[in-house]
Amino acid sequence: MTDGNDVVLSGSGLTKVFGMGRQRLTAVDHVDISFHKGEISSIVGESGSGKTTLAKMLLGLISVTEGEVYFQGKKRDISTQRKRKEYWKNIQAIFQDPYSSYNIFRKIDTVLLDCIKMRNGNRYSYEEKYELMSEACSFVNLKFEELTNKYPFELSGGQMQRLMIARIFLLKPKILLADEPTSMIDACSRATILDMLMKLRDETGTTLIFITHDIGLAYYVSDSVYIMEHGVMVESGCADDVILNPQKPYTKRLISDVPKIHEEWDLSTVTYK
Amino acid sequence: MSKVMLEVNNLTTKYVTRFHENIYAVDHVSLKVEEGKSVGIAGESGCGKSTLALSLMGYYFPPLHYTSGEIIIDGQNISGMDPDKVRKSILGTEIAYIPQSAMNALNPTRKIIHFIQDVIRAHDPKATKEEIYEMAKERFDLLGLPEKVLNQFPVELSGGMKQRTVIAISVILCPKILIADEPSSALDVTSQKMVIKMLLDLMDHGIIKSMIFITHELPLLYNVTDDIMVMYAGQIVEKATAKEAVFDPIHPYSKGLMGSIIVPESGVRDAKLTAIPGVPPNLKNPPEGCHFAERCKYVQPQCTAQSIELRHLEGDRSYRCIFSEEHLREVYKND
Repeated sequence: MTDGNDVVLSGSGLTKVFGMGRQRLTAVDHVDISFHKGEISSIVGESGSGKTTLAKMLLGLISVTEGEVYFQGKKRDISTQRKRKEYWKNIQAIFQDPYSSYNIFRKIDTVLLDCIKMRNGNRYSYEEKYELMSEACSFVNLKFEELTNKYPFELSGGQMQRLMIARIFLLKPKILLADEPTSMIDACSRATILDMLMKLRDETGTTLIFITHDIGLAYYVSDSVYIMEHGVMVESGCADDVILNPQKPYTKRLISDVPKIHEEWDLSTVTYK
Repeated sequence: MSKVMLEVNNLTTKYVTRFHENIYAVDHVSLKVEEGKSVGIAGESGCGKSTLALSLMGYYFPPLHYTSGEIIIDGQNISGMDPDKVRKSILGTEIAYIPQSAMNALNPTRKIIHFIQDVIRAHDPKATKEEIYEMAKERFDLLGLPEKVLNQFPVELSGGMKQRTVIAISVILCPKILIADEPSSALDVTSQKMVIKMLLDLMDHGIIKSMIFITHELPLLYNVTDDIMVMYAGQIVEKATAKEAVFDPIHPYSKGLMGSIIVPESGVRDAKLTAIPGVPPNLKNPPEGCHFAERCKYVQPQCTAQSIELRHLEGDRSYRCIFSEEHLREVYKND
């Protein structure tokens, strides 16, 4: 699986510096990272470890201070709006907060129609579009007949997040970056969302990148795990190695802080900072 | 048997919408919290966990209305009491509440000590500034919070620190029961551990007598509480000790819920997550009979025929299902 040729997205020496002078803050510090086709990777870190900044750089939402992003072996070029749009056809994201991911003034149909337009242009008749939209909705166990002509606020958080996945299903990007996709929804819908993302990977061969602070989730879904601390990649490798046999003290501490059910959760080591 | 701090019998509360529809968000809930115990409430979003918390502390402001049942806090019946009276005499001293987004509950233009003054003066208008400061300092010391926090503004504190400060403020008057509603859902694991440690410390120091802990994070609930109640669509579907609820659930819904636990331990990757299909029922028109029937894998025609009563087992265990314990276990075995 990892023979070097099937790397779809990689970054070398990625660095992001915010502010200057005394306010200077290096959010991401010379991170090398590469994602293979069809693989699920997770970037794990506490709040403030720079994982979202790294994700935004990979997505091309913020500029890169130093380093380079390579997409399918070539240097990424998003210098013009047209090229950027072309890039975003290949890499898409699901964000943490489904409630603020939608334009509240636009109906759900428009969200999905935009995706069809972005993917295939204006070639379809209304019936064909309707067909596509119902297919995408049934992929995520939603009924399009119940959603059509509704506004986003009429849906629950889980439904909204699922609709986001339906959108991804229509776009069929090469890479899907999920930034804390399940942190705002409860444990039960979380299983549904994860199932759907896995199904998406199996059906369309999408490369999945999870950005999360939930180590249990990272361990459950991913093939490889990257651990970040204060902008630096401290540990990376195959999920089983990293989570079950952590080498670095930071990773060890992080894993011991997660409440578990089979092993004892040791609270006596807690010190108030 | 130790003293019962909180006793709730058949509590029913409802929301009334603009169109005069009744939504029974808490439906005949009974529970008992003994001194020194903590009880966890688990369930999906929208199942009535937070409404139950508001109802328990008598916070009946429209659209929430009290319908029936009793709430007895340490011998004092507060059901049907005027909410303003409840606020003056019960909140803070008898029962305290940490809301879901407690970190955002602090007014950014006021210092932490001002919030403490507010709380104390609401119950004792004559308290002087110096007395309050001394008291707050002592309490903060005990809970491992630095004294300088008292003179800081909320924006100067980090998320975990803010959350711990809010907890310290809400228990400043030593309430008998603390209701913690998702106190750590917005925090990362390290701060979460600190918040949980602090809550358990409060119990150890005897500042609070007992605790009700609400969350949808089951591994956390398992580690923090003694008993777990699982709620679904306003009803309690299962009540058991933490260990029984997580490893040996009886009700099909609890079974599904416990199947969705993910922890970073070996063997988790091979286990298949069980997602419960479908969405909870709309409580505007609650379904006949079992609320869980339309999502249940093992549904039978008689499930929707009559309303389902709680079945009591030995110990303090109970569940709400038409089938017997043996039958359900048999069904799970064949899965």
